[in-house]
Amino acid sequence: MKTFTLERSDVGALLDALKRRGYTLLGPTVRDSAIVIDEISRVEDLPVNWTDVQSGASYRLKRREDNAFFGFAVGPTSWKRFLYPPIQHLFAMLRAGKSFALPAGTKESTPSRDPKMAFIGVRPCDVHALAIHDRVLLAGPFVDPLYQLRRNGCFVVAVNCTQAGGTCFCASMNTGPRATEGFDLALTELITHKRHYFLVETGSDRGEALLKSVPVSEAGADEMKEARAACEQAQRQMGRSLDTKQLREVLYQNAEHPRWDAIGARCLTCANCTMVCPTCFCATVEDVTDLGGSRADRIRKWDSCFTLDFSYIHGGSVRASAKARYRQWMTHKLASWVDQFGTSGCVGCGRCITWCPVGIDITEEARAIREGQPTEARTHA
Amino acid sequence: MPPKRKPKLAVWKFSSCDGCQLSLLDCEDELLAVASHVEIAYFLEATRAVTKGPYDISLVEGSITTPHDAERIHQVRRQSRTLITIGACATAGGIQALRNFRDVRQFISAVYANPKYIETLNKSTPIADHVFVDFELRGCPVSKYQLVEVVNAFLNGRKPNTPSYAVCVECKRRGITCGLVAHGPTCLGPVTQAGCNALCPSYHRGCFGCFGPKETPNTSSLAGSWIGLGVREDELVRLFRGFNAYAEAFRKESEAHEK
Repeated sequence: MKTFTLERSDVGALLDALKRRGYTLLGPTVRDSAIVIDEISRVEDLPVNWTDVQSGASYRLKRREDNAFFGFAVGPTSWKRFLYPPIQHLFAMLRAGKSFALPAGTKESTPSRDPKMAFIGVRPCDVHALAIHDRVLLAGPFVDPLYQLRRNGCFVVAVNCTQAGGTCFCASMNTGPRATEGFDLALTELITHKRHYFLVETGSDRGEALLKSVPVSEAGADEMKEARAACEQAQRQMGRSLDTKQLREVLYQNAEHPRWDAIGARCLTCANCTMVCPTCFCATVEDVTDLGGSRADRIRKWDSCFTLDFSYIHGGSVRASAKARYRQWMTHKLASWVDQFGTSGCVGCGRCITWCPVGIDITEEARAIREGQPTEARTHA
Repeated sequence: MPPKRKPKLAVWKFSSCDGCQLSLLDCEDELLAVASHVEIAYFLEATRAVTKGPYDISLVEGSITTPHDAERIHQVRRQSRTLITIGACATAGGIQALRNFRDVRQFISAVYANPKYIETLNKSTPIADHVFVDFELRGCPVSKYQLVEVVNAFLNGRKPNTPSYAVCVECKRRGITCGLVAHGPTCLGPVTQAGCNALCPSYHRGCFGCFGPKETPNTSSLAGSWIGLGVREDELVRLFRGFNAYAEAFRKESEAHEK
């Protein structure tokens, strides 16, 4: 790993270098009262001078005045949108007598081209989320070829956090505020009264190769120290915290804790938490036919354990109540995920807290269950 | 193999604005395909030509608001192998079910010069309150994609893809920023059934609840959080009293805030 510095005025050169190599740039940009992730083409598309104020069920954009490119926390978009799209056509089949068959010569799930995407500004929590999806979708006995193709073409420019959001708790989950691996380049934005620049760490050979065409300088000890201090400041600002000590056991032992009833009374089962979660990967498939029944298409869509259909088997839904669905989600995320994939399913990004329409706070619920508080859910923070 | 007889389709109107029937005519690209797979046997909005029943599929629009309606729906049921109700009127009583919360006689005397000619029921009720309904398609109006999907599923003997989860799922799949969180209440999306593909949120408007309550709707939690944010009780009554005012979950929530 090598460490360089990049002046603020040269961020455009970094983006151009990626574009010249054929990457589509995806990064944060302001749209519809939020900092979302979308296709960008130049530095002006970044949310310069914007920040966000987040709490349970509330997200507000606010102006800042230091010309920062990355002076905000994570927004409603997570990167899974691009690697694991919300709606994806899987294959078509044609009528063959009484059944359907793949047209001769088709292989299942063969996307036509390799989408080369550069992710600009992936926060350390989200870098961890990418690693979790890699494990879930690539490391098991069944590899998702569509995810694999997109992921292989993906160039990751991480941006370390120098400011934490109101619902952030990456420090508790050991996923931030500084990325240590899983990126091609990692930037730390540093704004002092005399200089605005980035510390750039390389995380891969192609990251290092890219910097050959970007005006960077070797970083000095002071600059590295400044970057470390900036991340430490973010660490101290965390809006939330989650005690992970034996959390798995705590949750397993408290499946009948009365707190689940209190959460069930608040939970809307609207699925927003799972949609914004960067690690939730559940999907359903819908089969559709043409009117004449000569062709059938299979389409994959993001699904959620908060829907009734999700647990529908012969005789009905296994998890009919909101309580059962929230308990399933939270216990999977924080406990059984560990048994299944070897890590927690939570990266502490706080999206599920901010984007829950009634502000249910996973850290608060975990705390209440650990402490044995039976009732009185805290309302808006 | 002898050519299969095309299934006969009928479209019936009760108390309604005709918008859902128009959704069928609005299926411009798919309409010819639909017409080539079904015989449009009774559809007065589209053609005077009528073929006698029985019918394989009946699409029923509108609610039951008069004694005549209440009789006629039984005739429709008797002639229909499969009866599918379309739209908020047919599935929940429609906007005209606002009368259900008041004394209808007072409206009649206030509105009509000669109230004695008006023969109406006290309540506007959904079709399923009167006859057995095979499938209910929600919406005000219904989504033309879902309408074709339901006919398509019927023709192919499969289950239609018309999920009963929240609008939020469609909203998030589309990548729309949640207005409820990002600029404040109020949006009925979290308690409303999907199907419109998050139409209003995509134009920066909160959901009006056109598709009625979702599966397991927690209206009291949502309303409670809005009260905490300063939404007045009378505003809550209005919010839940839209096109699906008489759908059970919305009705109970609006009644809970009525003084």
